[in-house]
Amino acid sequence: MTKYIVKRVLIAVVVLLGITVVDFWIMTLIGNPIEIMSGGPKVSKVMLQRRAETLGLDKPIIVQYFSWLGQVLHGNLGYSYKDYQPVSAQIASHLGPTLILTGSALVLSMLIAIFGGIYSALHPHKKSDYTIVTLSFLGQSIPGFFLALILIYLFSVKLGWLPSNGMRELGTAGNGVQLRYLILPCIVLAVSMAGRNIRYIRSAMLEILNKDYLRTAKGKGIGRRMVIYKHALRNALIPIITVIGMEIPGLFGGSIIVEQVFSWPGLGLLTMNAVLARDYPVIMGVCLLSAVVVLAANLVTDILYAVADPTVRYE
Amino acid sequence: MEESYLQSVIRRFRHHKAGVVSFWIVAVIIVLALLAPVLAPYGPQEITSEFSAAPSLKHLLGTDQIGRDVLSRLLYGTRVSLFVGFMATVISTMLGVLLGLLAGYVGGALDMILMRFTDMVMSFPYILLILVASVIFKPGLWSIILIFGFVDWPGVARLVRGSILSIKEQDYVKSSQIAGMPRSYILFSDILPNVMTNILVFATTVMATSILDEAALSFLGMGIQPPAASLGNMLNGAESVTVLTGMPWLWISPGLVIIILVVCVNFVGDALRDALDPTAVV
Repeated sequence: MTKYIVKRVLIAVVVLLGITVVDFWIMTLIGNPIEIMSGGPKVSKVMLQRRAETLGLDKPIIVQYFSWLGQVLHGNLGYSYKDYQPVSAQIASHLGPTLILTGSALVLSMLIAIFGGIYSALHPHKKSDYTIVTLSFLGQSIPGFFLALILIYLFSVKLGWLPSNGMRELGTAGNGVQLRYLILPCIVLAVSMAGRNIRYIRSAMLEILNKDYLRTAKGKGIGRRMVIYKHALRNALIPIITVIGMEIPGLFGGSIIVEQVFSWPGLGLLTMNAVLARDYPVIMGVCLLSAVVVLAANLVTDILYAVADPTVRYE
Repeated sequence: MEESYLQSVIRRFRHHKAGVVSFWIVAVIIVLALLAPVLAPYGPQEITSEFSAAPSLKHLLGTDQIGRDVLSRLLYGTRVSLFVGFMATVISTMLGVLLGLLAGYVGGALDMILMRFTDMVMSFPYILLILVASVIFKPGLWSIILIFGFVDWPGVARLVRGSILSIKEQDYVKSSQIAGMPRSYILFSDILPNVMTNILVFATTVMATSILDEAALSFLGMGIQPPAASLGNMLNGAESVTVLTGMPWLWISPGLVIIILVVCVNFVGDALRDALDPTAVV
């Protein structure tokens, strides 16, 4: 077990190093940062040269990469081209809202997917099963931004029940997220995730229900409730872990569009603004952060497998 | 009489009612999109005399702020979105199959390197990779297709690699190896046909996500650039409240077309999965 975990961690570190190389390579591909920072032809060449020397940009790319990597290891992700703020500080201040939004959406979608999927599997080929499966196809196929537009149209514009902009009322005390503001973006993010996962959990549960050990449990006459809640659900843990693990990489990507539509002041909005302004240090910082999160999520998923399923072999 | 594999696939496919209906809907949409130049009452960029007009007999789906006919743009936009989805799927599937074959069949160090590379591509958040790429390369029809093509392949590669690893151990492949068949024969005649069905099913998923991603990217203004129409950039204007509330005909129809298209492609994929699986009881 320990050997397995160490091996997985080592692989993740290698992949992460690869990502930093790609990250840096893309950054140099985009152009000389000095030119982007100077903003125009007004600045004299001599000044640019001097500035490049102080920033170490006249050295070979390889040297630049290692000094950049050294800085990253010290927690310094560089400075924004736009407002010269440290990238790490910007990311830190936008991280909270995104975590709240994606976290609540993940929980909501898993609740829908687990209950919907298991209910479907317990009533296979009935009307309710078909309804759930069809709804899951629909949920998976609605573009997030279109669902967002419909919800804003209905609940913000027509009914006026829920706000569609930002995460809290302007001018109110405090600085946290207000629940009213969270509802719509959270639903939009959760619907597509739940749509994808209901059928996965349904088929996994169906497979489990047909296994011999469940037939034995039923045969012992311990009752339907016990069979489902004690024996089947326990074994459904594995597909549930898989689903959560699969969703985490996509969470951040999905939140970019939702945050854009709802002006949610999180990492997605920060990224989108950085992309539009060609603020590469910020983009690269976010790329790096999300790569770390994804790799960590994969790692934890693999380890949880081993914990939840004693038959998993460590190769 | 024994039915052939193809006949049994068709019979099984027909069993999936939603799949059959979806298949015909997709077919109709494709034909409509292909015939756009014939069917569209106006040119996609043609400016008519009516601005922001609600749907009427003259303009069945209304016109936009600068007087272009929404129905005509919808037909041409569907054409662009379908083309992007189809080409992106073809490119990414070919790339994925190639890399998956190499990793799964050659194995060893090459497998290790290719799979770590796959991990890397998969660890970048999908949409972020597309956004960054669309900043580096100028947005446009072909750059979008290429970006999707080069981003979507890891899933296919993993699928192909996994299938090959299990097929490689089968007796009939072993017997070919013992008989001294060349590697290329084993790869393309023994192994690939057995992976084909999985690839086909997976490709429908890739097509559905490509259509969704094109829409999302164009909605953000980083995909297909105006004045060309795509289903996504037709929705772009709806971010302003006046369009959202005052001119619903501008955004509801392209949104519905995307949903119908993607739902149907997903249903066809689901029906194919059932039909192609010889072990499934239908």
